Amino acid sequence: MSTTVEQEKDLIARVLAGEVDLFHQLVRPYEKLVFVTIFAMLRNESEAEDAAQEVMINAFRHLRNFRGDAKFSTWLVTIAMNEARQRLRKAKQAIHESLDEDKHDKEGDFTPAVLTDWREIPSEALEKKEMREKLREAVAQLPPIYREVLVLRDLEELNQEETANALGISVTLVKVRLHRARMMLQKRLVPYLKTAAPARKGFFGRLFQ
Amino acid sequence: MKLECKHVWEHISEYLDRQLDPQLLQDIENHLENCEVCSAILDSTRNILVLTADDRTYELPVGYSERLHKRLAKALRE
Ligand SMILES: [Zn+2]
Repeated sequence: MSTTVEQEKDLIARVLAGEVDLFHQLVRPYEKLVFVTIFAMLRNESEAEDAAQEVMINAFRHLRNFRGDAKFSTWLVTIAMNEARQRLRKAKQAIHESLDEDKHDKEGDFTPAVLTDWREIPSEALEKKEMREKLREAVAQLPPIYREVLVLRDLEELNQEETANALGISVTLVKVRLHRARMMLQKRLVPYLKTAAPARKGFFGRLFQ
Repeated sequence: MKLECKHVWEHISEYLDRQLDPQLLQDIENHLENCEVCSAILDSTRNILVLTADDRTYELPVGYSERLHKRLAKALRE
């Protein structure tokens, strides 16, 4: 089901030229990406699904605005994040909360959890439903300004510049917020993961290297 | 240069993204070799990020794709 960049360009051109049914094929590889981006932000499955559908429809209607210098997937993720942000904002206004979240940039404890007997997490840990639930919960509990950076960088694997562009913030702020988001996740999950992880070394050693 | 643990923690994210300049990277690696606390923090952070990004962590609702393309099909005709 993978589409090469060239095939993708061709599909886009043909959709724009009137073969609209090819849009299904164009977005199929990115269905999950769009849903996960929104769901990780909103936490509500049915609202995320509705939002994801709207993102795809909007992408179709604005396909002409897609510029080939960005990746199509990045363009979709950006639209998805904007949709999620709008819905979060609306929900917030509904409960009369302050929209000023920048105060988080100056406050808070962003030091990691110190541990003395860390062991590697075995892959079986993830087979457990509760573990996945715990991870999603920890992401969902991050303040939105940190969550959105973590979602784009660590879930959707956008690079720093793409993330900065998608969120309309500087690369420096992306770095600061990502660091804090990661430290908050670490702090929240370590106590749980420690108890879930029996001794076994080396499984994740290769990754990130 | 001798680094304090706290100073190392400030750079964990950049370390994982391999964005440190060579001198600081060297200092941090020297520190990590001798400090189990910082190594454990680094490993745990890295592992948590791997798990978070794992495909199984976030799953699609059953029937999501069918519903999406059904709604899309309608929109494409408008
Ligand atoms: Zn240390």
